Amino acid sequence: MAENNAPGGEIRYLTPIAIETKKEKYCRFKKLGITYIDYKDADFLLRFVNEQGKILPRRLTGTSLKYQRKVGQAVKRARHLALMPYVGDMLK
Amino acid sequence: MTNRYETVFILTPVLSEDQTKEAVKKFKDLIKKGRGKVHHEESWGMRKLAYPIQKKSTGFYHLFEFESDAPFVDKLETEYRRDERVLRFMTVKMDKHHQAFADRRRNKQSATTGEAPAERPARRSRKEENADQPNS
Repeated sequence: MAENNAPGGEIRYLTPIAIETKKEKYCRFKKLGITYIDYKDADFLLRFVNEQGKILPRRLTGTSLKYQRKVGQAVKRARHLALMPYVGDMLK
Repeated sequence: MTNRYETVFILTPVLSEDQTKEAVKKFKDLIKKGRGKVHHEESWGMRKLAYPIQKKSTGFYHLFEFESDAPFVDKLETEYRRDERVLRFMTVKMDKHHQAFADRRRNKQSATTGEAPAERPARRSRKEENADQPNS
């Protein structure tokens, strides 16, 4: 009954409760019009792996399926040429 | 029917400079002999490997962009396998996006001469990359 003292009967808070607003994810390749992902640019590919060198899932990076396949391909090529490690520790 | 290919190989760091040049020349001649046309060539020089290969932590990288028929790639790769100086190699067929990207990259490089091709992407800071994409 104590919190029901506001007119209209709604609950009032002293500080507004923080409602999590999700930031809209987008595919950076679609947005920027990138059509080819270079396997030679290991620095760029580093953004799509975690610190162990594993490829990050789409649900974290927001990449569209079409480009996620290309990212995967590029990362694997870079690994083969020893531009990126297969297994790493503290890559970032 | 010819295709465009891009091949990268890593030579052992134990070779002397002349020996490295000779090895590179050998593969270049091989491409030329095999009815291939070398469009572009790039030497990345000595680079640190991300993981050791044959107990070596550095390697000499070299890239060729060439045009040839498909059976030639097999021949080239057999030659890579036979050569003990080659630590690692990879040949990929270039699709239209890859070709467009390679052309643009080359033009950018010729505009800024004197800069080593391998170092160009490596030197960028995170913030700069966000502003303009390296392969946009």
